[in-house]
Amino acid sequence: MRRSPHRRRHRAIRASRVVPAATLALAASLLAACGSEDDVLNWYVNPDGVATLTKLAEQCSTEDYRIQIQLLPSGATDQRTQLARRLAARDSSTDLMSLDPVFVPEFASAGWLQEFPEDAARAVTEGVLDGPLDTVTWEDKVYAAPQWANTQVLWYRKSLAEAAGLSMSDQVTWGEVIDAAAKAGGTVGVQANKYEAYMVWINAMVLGAGGDIVSDTEAGKDAQVDIDSDAGRAAAGIIEQLAESSAAQPDLSVSNEGTSLGQMFPAEGPGEFMVNWTFVYKNYLGLVDDGSLTQDEFDDLGWVRYPRTVAGEASRPPVGGIDIGVGAYSQHPEWALEAAQCVTTSQAQEALARDEGLMPARAEVYSSPELSEYPDDLLKLWQDSLQDGGPRPKSAYYALISAAVQARWHSPTSVDQDTPAKSARFLRDVLDGKALL
Amino acid sequence: MNAHATATRSQARPAVSDRSRAEARLGRRLVAPAIVLMLLVTAFPMLRALYLSLFSYSLTAPDDREFVGLENYIVALTDPLLWRDTAITVFYMVVTVAFELVIGFVFALVMHRVIFARGVIRTSILIPYGIITVVSGFAWQFAFTAQNGFVNQWLPFVGADFNWFGEQTPAVIAICVSEIWKTTPFMSLLLLAGLAQVSEDMIEAAKVDGASWWQRMTRVILPNMRAAIMVAVLFRALDAYRIFDNIFVMTNGAVNTESISFLTYRQTIEQFQLGIGSALSVLLFLSVLLIAVVIVKLFRVDLAQARQEG
Repeated sequence: MRRSPHRRRHRAIRASRVVPAATLALAASLLAACGSEDDVLNWYVNPDGVATLTKLAEQCSTEDYRIQIQLLPSGATDQRTQLARRLAARDSSTDLMSLDPVFVPEFASAGWLQEFPEDAARAVTEGVLDGPLDTVTWEDKVYAAPQWANTQVLWYRKSLAEAAGLSMSDQVTWGEVIDAAAKAGGTVGVQANKYEAYMVWINAMVLGAGGDIVSDTEAGKDAQVDIDSDAGRAAAGIIEQLAESSAAQPDLSVSNEGTSLGQMFPAEGPGEFMVNWTFVYKNYLGLVDDGSLTQDEFDDLGWVRYPRTVAGEASRPPVGGIDIGVGAYSQHPEWALEAAQCVTTSQAQEALARDEGLMPARAEVYSSPELSEYPDDLLKLWQDSLQDGGPRPKSAYYALISAAVQARWHSPTSVDQDTPAKSARFLRDVLDGKALL
Repeated sequence: MNAHATATRSQARPAVSDRSRAEARLGRRLVAPAIVLMLLVTAFPMLRALYLSLFSYSLTAPDDREFVGLENYIVALTDPLLWRDTAITVFYMVVTVAFELVIGFVFALVMHRVIFARGVIRTSILIPYGIITVVSGFAWQFAFTAQNGFVNQWLPFVGADFNWFGEQTPAVIAICVSEIWKTTPFMSLLLLAGLAQVSEDMIEAAKVDGASWWQRMTRVILPNMRAAIMVAVLFRALDAYRIFDNIFVMTNGAVNTESISFLTYRQTIEQFQLGIGSALSVLLFLSVLLIAVVIVKLFRVDLAQARQEG
């Protein structure tokens, strides 16, 4: 009885010695993790193909520095928010970043990206297809290195097109696709949730009708708003047609890149026509490998160029992908530039295409034997789409423009022939700071 | 009885003695450091927001910052979007608080009177409150989606492929359901505290006088819980007015489900428009203040009394 208080006190003393020691050790390890190390280059990547990117980071690390991957959120808007907040605070630990192409002008004009000097610029843009090449330049200077390029094509079930009697070619229009799907009991998959990919769809259709959403974008907030035009109304007409058609998928207004994937080979029904990015091929191929899709079904998968908005005018497929930018406040700008070149070489692009289904920005990589898994005509289609692709508006105020368009065009079921005029007025007011977005 | 005693005591307050004055002085000195710290962490950002709200200021173009006076406020207050969002926010607040008050009161009664398995019942009622709002938002979003949710299967009057997030009305319902599910336990916890304060003697006396269950509830229990109900409604109303997480997760503000906090978030965080964003935060703050005043006036309860200070 008498010993127990003593013992307890003894134990308490021991504990009070252990706790600070443990805290100290923990704090030390946390501090180390915070990156006081001088030889680390932080590379902020979007979560696509992280396994291969990690390998690239290892391969491109040298005796001087080590490249460390930092993950960004999955949505383009969230990625921009996170990077911009770091850069606005002049974060010196943001060395390399994977950028959605539309954010390059905004970041460059805010002074957050380092300009690539002439020889580096030449090295990273050599042999790059026109679509992705256009995304890394701003005011005639190169601000990023194209790493991989994305584009959309029209994916479809051959049996569905046949049943509807639609002959598939690069001449096919949105109107024909929607009618054919409705006629044969199929559906049309698009991305029409209130997010960036809806803007991608609207922009591609407006460009496909020979118009644009805004022009003279280098004037910043004084850019000219053009969406109230025949091209704008043609795009609105297609959305209206789809929304009213039986070919619309029930989740049209919340659809994204993932929601329509399952409609291609549904349990019941003839499948769909779907505009979607290049990852689709590897996605369905993977289903064959794990047995949830038969080879016959997979062979029924067809692809053709992005549909035309109007007959007689070639379509302008969307261009996406990732460009590598170098942070303006990086402590090691020389190393970061060198690393940016290293992770965007033809070999690096080959690895991303082969292992992750992320297509190259350089033309020569498409003929590499490493890509033999992809059918030749598909590779050719992607390459052509990227070459003729239509960019989204290149503006330092792109985020405002995109959000303003989405605000007036969503929900797709509310789009009518007045929508372009309404969105033009709203966009003007937003750019002038006269309306809340 | 309690209320009566309190009232007489506060009417006949004794003269302030030297001793109590010294105590008050000591009290002030003791809280001073805390107040200074509070001013640093709360007043500074608030004043800074007030200052920034007078500028046209975008984080992406910091050099173009210019003083615009009250223009941001004029733009915000004359914009139909602000009023539309305010209306929907008030709707969220009124509907969720009303449902939570009724369901929460039932839960509080159950927790108060339950005889068997007390711990299990109390815990299971409180579980939703222990779940992070973002998680419950995702859970309810999955429940309501047409592809993999169960809601469409369970409800006889909607089709199997009904899209809850395609239009304003069903989307608002879904958001409200998630919000109510999540925060009703909080309400019932506050009400349970109020129930526990009602003296058993009074209820016994009412019983002896022949009052029915309903009469005991409306004449004895509820009037004596007024302070607790006020606190519960006030807390929840202010919380509900600032609703954000569920909207962010479930619709991301699409199909006109955006609340006033979400609007402010988008201007400041997504669009980096610090000027107009700050103006909106100031307006949001003022409207929260207004709601607090209205609720306190409506219930005619003195907050000090609610805290049981004489």
